[in-house]
Amino acid sequence: MSALALRVDAIRKTFRRGPKETVVALDGVSFSAQAGSLSALVGPDGAGKTTLLRLATGLLTADSGEMEVLGIDAARAPQEIQNRVGYMPQRFGLYEDLTVQENLDLYADLHGVSRATRPGRYKRLMEMTALGPFTRRLAGQLSGGMKQKLGLACALVRSPEMLLLDEPTAGVDPLSRQELWEIIGELVADRQTTVILCTSYLDEAERCSHVVVLHEGTVLAQGAPHEVSALAEGRVFLADPPEGQTARGLQARLLDSADIVDAVPDAGRVRFVLTGAGSAPRGVEATAVEPRFEDGFMTLLQRKRESVRSASFTLERPLKGHTTEAVEVRDLVRMFGSFTAVDHVSFDVRRGEIFGLLGPNGAGKTTTFRMLCGLLPATSGTLKVAGLDLRTARASARERIGYVAQKFSLYGDLTVRENLDFFASAYGLRGEARRRRTSWALEQFELGSHVDLRSAELPGGYKQRLAMAAALLHEPEILFLDEPTSGTDPLARREFWRRITALGEQGVTIIVTTHFMEEAEYCDHVAILDGGRVLAQGTPADLRTHVPAEAGRAATMENAFIAIVEKARHEDSARRRSAA
Amino acid sequence: MTRDDLTAKLRRVLALMRKESFQIVRDPSSIALGVVMPVVLILLFGYGLSLDVKNVPVAVVIENPAPLATDAAAGFRLSPYFDAHIMTSMKEAEKLMLERKVDGIVRLRSNFSRDLSLGDAQVQILVHGADANRARIIEAYAQGAMAQWAARRQAQVESVAGGPVGVVSRLWFNEANDSHYFLVPGLIVLVITLIGAFLTTMVVAREWERGTLEALFVTPMRTDEFLLGKTLPYFLLGMIGLGLCFLASRFMFGVPFRGSIWLFAGISTLYLMIALGIGLLISSAVKSQFVASQLTMVVTFLPAMMLSGFIFDLRSMPAAVRAITYVLPARYFVALLQTVFLAGNVWSVVLPDTAILGAMVIVLLVLSRRVTRKKLA
Repeated sequence: MSALALRVDAIRKTFRRGPKETVVALDGVSFSAQAGSLSALVGPDGAGKTTLLRLATGLLTADSGEMEVLGIDAARAPQEIQNRVGYMPQRFGLYEDLTVQENLDLYADLHGVSRATRPGRYKRLMEMTALGPFTRRLAGQLSGGMKQKLGLACALVRSPEMLLLDEPTAGVDPLSRQELWEIIGELVADRQTTVILCTSYLDEAERCSHVVVLHEGTVLAQGAPHEVSALAEGRVFLADPPEGQTARGLQARLLDSADIVDAVPDAGRVRFVLTGAGSAPRGVEATAVEPRFEDGFMTLLQRKRESVRSASFTLERPLKGHTTEAVEVRDLVRMFGSFTAVDHVSFDVRRGEIFGLLGPNGAGKTTTFRMLCGLLPATSGTLKVAGLDLRTARASARERIGYVAQKFSLYGDLTVRENLDFFASAYGLRGEARRRRTSWALEQFELGSHVDLRSAELPGGYKQRLAMAAALLHEPEILFLDEPTSGTDPLARREFWRRITALGEQGVTIIVTTHFMEEAEYCDHVAILDGGRVLAQGTPADLRTHVPAEAGRAATMENAFIAIVEKARHEDSARRRSAA
Repeated sequence: MTRDDLTAKLRRVLALMRKESFQIVRDPSSIALGVVMPVVLILLFGYGLSLDVKNVPVAVVIENPAPLATDAAAGFRLSPYFDAHIMTSMKEAEKLMLERKVDGIVRLRSNFSRDLSLGDAQVQILVHGADANRARIIEAYAQGAMAQWAARRQAQVESVAGGPVGVVSRLWFNEANDSHYFLVPGLIVLVITLIGAFLTTMVVAREWERGTLEALFVTPMRTDEFLLGKTLPYFLLGMIGLGLCFLASRFMFGVPFRGSIWLFAGISTLYLMIALGIGLLISSAVKSQFVASQLTMVVTFLPAMMLSGFIFDLRSMPAAVRAITYVLPARYFVALLQTVFLAGNVWSVVLPDTAILGAMVIVLLVLSRRVTRKKLA
């Protein structure tokens, strides 16, 4: 088949922001997608991915240019397109106060699925999404991954000719992500459905037949994923950290070097990409490897953004000389009614360590976090933070910790400076100390150019910087970050981890939750949570031993995670069966 | 449109209505606004608020307790409108007035009896003027009480047949002079405004906020189907509120109903459609629940309460404000309701006002159909 399912020709779309400013979301974008193919739009935040999908569904109208979906002009006959495509918006777009079944029925009715074909179709969808046992549950009570699967099921109630998915796996744990991709793969392979999706997971782009790399409204590159990977051909290396140095340390050092585009910790080693063809920097033992999509992508974006390299920073007063454990958790339990959200969790975090809590949605990560920060009382168990028992000395423990919540929780109507001033005074800083700390924060987080912008108007990456800056104003010993990189693009994530590494080096203890498994490589220790229990903990290398290394390549953290969680769930159900 | 298209359309509207009904039943705030609120308003306005002036505490000062003066004072004591405190010292009465223990003083001077026999008696009536409206009513009642007494006395003194002129006054349409008679029907305006405009705007804004419309728009659902599916359930809810108000007015407060029930249902339907139309118009422009609620309050609920003639008399408003009331649908609806309840099917009032409401329905529904688009920005 060679028919075009989507043809985008010189599309331009602008939005008005405020009374004067116009933002160009898409600037002369052209590409096309073959019928029955799987295409991905990738790019950092603000690249225009979502706008492009909304134009294709007729939810927005382009300023100029042409767009044909399934041969229909999107500007002229949006309804016809809406009759024929399946669309899943980025935010969970279903009714939370309706059950799974009621949501499905609503979409089946709207799409005119006949009564006769329904039972078979529902059965198929339930098998595909494994939502069968939950049909009577309210959609709002599903986990993040299950919600996404329900959204996909609703978009599939009547086999659309084309499926448009906006970040279908954002904020979803690796297990659910794997399941979602199996469904998508099946659709393309078995039913020749055309699928177009946006993603910020670069490994997902590799599974597609066509990739469009967008950046600030323009196409940087497009083609098969290997064509993008090829851009980094001969420039990608794997290096072992020298004796006595962590992979993270070497990675940070490499990232600071001018002729390196990108460096990430990779299974105990460091993977890096050079700006031009050449050999590894002096003093680094490295072997050349095949480039991945991510390497090509970073090479493409290298000319566009410089922020990753400059993201390192220094504390005013490095923390040194503490020897006690930063956090001690013993048999921590938290019940909500009869539901056990956290079930006898124990772990220790040493001073100056980066500690990662990993787990699927609903594993109990956020609940554990809230208890550690003294925001939620524990049902039982002991909790010591900075050597203080949270039951008796909650207030003084809080003075020594910083907390960055999952959602942006600063005041959107206040400017950057006003927010910092407010939080500084909330922490009891005044006069000279307050001035010194706020200017430190502005400088270190490079917020100077945005100081008078209302924080709601900040671009995504800047919001996160501001949130971190506010949490560090009172020079805490321990910093808690709940899903800090959820929904941010690869560049912002690099930048974020560069700062975290620098903080760790200067003695701040970091405790972070994430569901990007590769980010666990930045941590000294990791604990994997599921169903409120710790399934495994140790260094990333320890955890990787849970799966045998594939030929020539060490197991990824993601494989290890999936193996550990699946094994535990399997044992669980086996135990329940034998008990019954 | 073929028959199949029509069935498909109907099926989609039904699906949307079913979804909306599930949400109404499961969302405590819709129930609160649609059912609890009307009941609370009925109880509040019915039992709590009364514009009647009754049992007004007054001091009746009899400076000289002659039989004629005590007879005149008895008139106040027996009146249901007054709670008379008889006393002999003006000083004492003034003190009570200052402390606002009484709202008025009726002073029968020491020469009252003598002057009366000369045919030129004067009674001083002092009223606490802090609440001007109430003061005027008290003044009128006090004058009325004195006039009645004077007339009675005259009838006794002169021969029964040869009395000069007797004043017979009667309040038409509200014989019992009970403010519930116009407050409770007026409540229907508030309840329908609340359910029609307020609730509709809130639920559409909620869909914008939660992002549920984005997925819903990319389906074969048409705009008119969306509007129907959204409004019909709230239309039914509004009808329930209307029924509650009607029953309460008839059976809890004994308000007479003199017009036709069909006419009543008809005009209420028109007004409900107007309220829904305004709700849909607002929600096509406003996408946050907070702004939607504020805007609907200011545009619909407050005018319906203050500027419709429901509580405040339209004729005593300044001309500029009165001009505004002519564009408010609530004004016509209140006039219609009061007519249908208390006066009956007075066609000279009913026809023009109904025609105006009907025109507003058409304009609003066409307009909201026009402005509602399956677009995000």
